[in-house]
Amino acid sequence: MAKKIFPKEEVCVGCHLCEVYCVYAHSKYKKPTVKAHELVKLYNKHKDSKPTPRILVEEKSGEWTTFALQCRHCDDAPCTKACITGAMKKLEDGRVICDEEKCVGCWSCIMACPHGAVRRGENKKAASKCDLCLELGEPVCVKNCPNEALVIKEV
Amino acid sequence: MRYVIIGNSVAACGCIEAIRKVDLQNPIVVISDEKYRVYSRPLISYYLAGKVDESKMYIRDEDYYEKNKVEAMLGKRAVSVDFKNKEVVLDDGSKVKYDKLLIATGGKPFVPPTKGFELKNVFTFIKFDDVKAIDEAIKNGAKKATVIGAGLSGLKAAEALIKRGLEVTVVELANRILGSILDLEASKIVQDELEKHGIVFKLETSVDEIIGDGKVEKVKLKNGEILDTDIVVFAIGVVPNIDFLKGTELKINRGIVVDDHMRTNIEDVYAAGDCAEGYDCVYQQQRVIPIWPNAYDQGETAGYNMAGVEKTFDRGFPMNSIGFFDVHMITAGIVMPNSDDIEVLVKHDKEKNSYRKIYIKNGRVLGFMFINSIDRAGMITNMIKEGLNVESIKHRLLDDDFGYLDLPKELRQEKILGGAKA
Ligand SMILES: Cc1cc2nc3c(=O)[nH]c(=O)nc-3n(C[C@H](O)[C@H](O)[C@H](O)COP(=O)(O)OP(=O)(O)OC[C@H]3O[C@@H](n4cnc5c(N)ncnc54)[C@H](O)[C@@H]3O)c2cc1C
Ligand code: SF4
Ligand code: SF4
Repeated sequence: MAKKIFPKEEVCVGCHLCEVYCVYAHSKYKKPTVKAHELVKLYNKHKDSKPTPRILVEEKSGEWTTFALQCRHCDDAPCTKACITGAMKKLEDGRVICDEEKCVGCWSCIMACPHGAVRRGENKKAASKCDLCLELGEPVCVKNCPNEALVIKEV
Repeated sequence: MRYVIIGNSVAACGCIEAIRKVDLQNPIVVISDEKYRVYSRPLISYYLAGKVDESKMYIRDEDYYEKNKVEAMLGKRAVSVDFKNKEVVLDDGSKVKYDKLLIATGGKPFVPPTKGFELKNVFTFIKFDDVKAIDEAIKNGAKKATVIGAGLSGLKAAEALIKRGLEVTVVELANRILGSILDLEASKIVQDELEKHGIVFKLETSVDEIIGDGKVEKVKLKNGEILDTDIVVFAIGVVPNIDFLKGTELKINRGIVVDDHMRTNIEDVYAAGDCAEGYDCVYQQQRVIPIWPNAYDQGETAGYNMAGVEKTFDRGFPMNSIGFFDVHMITAGIVMPNSDDIEVLVKHDKEKNSYRKIYIKNGRVLGFMFINSIDRAGMITNMIKEGLNVESIKHRLLDDDFGYLDLPKELRQEKILGGAKA
């Protein structure tokens, strides 16, 4: 049994705040909330590349619908079976995480993930995906969504 | 009950992991002729290039066997199987009894009979020991390399060798590189990139003879050309590694024939991975599908069934994700169809150096090749797997920002929410 985050497209306003919090929570600051000046510092750190959020806000021109999608932490996690290094793995608590040190950026996980939930991380070196905020105990996207468009549930 | 697995690669992992989900008690024995704990073959080129060190070659933690109660017999080759008495015979003459057996011996390099193959510094490119030997040759001063075969592993070898500073020539019989996964146009994009980094190609020819005195010095090509070279790497392809089982009652076609439970024709004997011939749901026939994810899936299916939990797998088909320098590509399914009732969608963005091509038959995706525009490709791989009808969205499949918003709302929500309510 894994916890999963569910997007509610009916109420998502497409503000991309979840992405901002996500980037922040996976930076060296690793904090659940963020102050503006820290964000400035964070973005300054990445002069050559934009930090990659592990959540993906889908939007399309000419459409009103938006929602934020991230890893479904699938029971049978196809990404882990396709991974040629063992970097992508399922933990005992059901979370699927990528060991970015081990990852070689072959993108077999991108080929295998049925949801398109894996992104190429910064400098396109390692796979980047939702880890349910391993270190913080609670996903920051859920915590900080201004419109409660993200819900975490055990399924 | 005693499970025995011959072979110690990803198919074996799938099997072990499935068994241990449902059976924590009964012993599992893994036999491998290689001395290493389970490592990644695709990573050998990364090791050779110096991108991955020995510690990162291993795909599972150090305590993997212990944790999963696996007895790993490493450095032991199975030389025959006595199916009647349910015993595997090893090269040291000892016997290993099994109740359920998985054959997961993978592939071995295909090398056509070639004069001079036995010379020093002629290599194949499959095992960890192969790249360790190549590494040794480079450290001993090898400067020029000839790679035979411009398929996935040949080009990965060429890329690694050029990164190590060698002069590299690739010899290929076909009129293009990566002929099994790319069409001419796509292949050109990749060839340009490789040439930009200094790799030289000799297409539409092959090796005739390897020349040298004890050690390789030259290769003679079929077109008459003679190249100076310090090392030769054969990477023409792999064939199922099942010679030791030929002539037994085990049913073998090109690989060991298995059903959708990974059962062979012999009771309690299963096969999975590159040595097995299972069902290919795109080609709709029995085929060997020598790729990593398929080997895991088949091994896992075998494991469940060996442990008494019925599971089927008939959703295998070829797919590849591979990159050379800064060019990345994902291909899946049939990429060179030869019937006329197939619709072809293509988009070649020269500015971005990206290429997307999709084949559709009866409203379903049959296969695709994406170069430099690969994000979210798994959504399309999955459509092949599920046989989803894409008639209403096909104009969007070529766009690099294709996503869930292109699917009808109901389908999208079903896929994202997986039945749950947000
Ligand atoms: C250089 C290279 C790059 C690759 N890159 C990719 C890639 O990017 N993506 C991808 O999908 N696939 C890739 N592949 C293919 C992939 O590695 C294979 O599909 C996969 O390893 C198959 O796994 P397997 O478990 O069937 O067997 P194998 O990995 O072939 O392992 C079989 C094992 O069994 C052992 N064995 C064989 N016979 C015996 C015996 N008689 N007794 C004891 N032990 C025995 C072998 O020594 C070996 O350890 C690549 C392959 C190579 C060589
Ligand atoms: S990355 Fe994709 S395949 Fe892997 S667990 Fe997440 S949603 Fe599933
Ligand atoms: S990109 Fe990294 S995580 Fe993804 S399959 Fe390759 S090695 Fe594994």
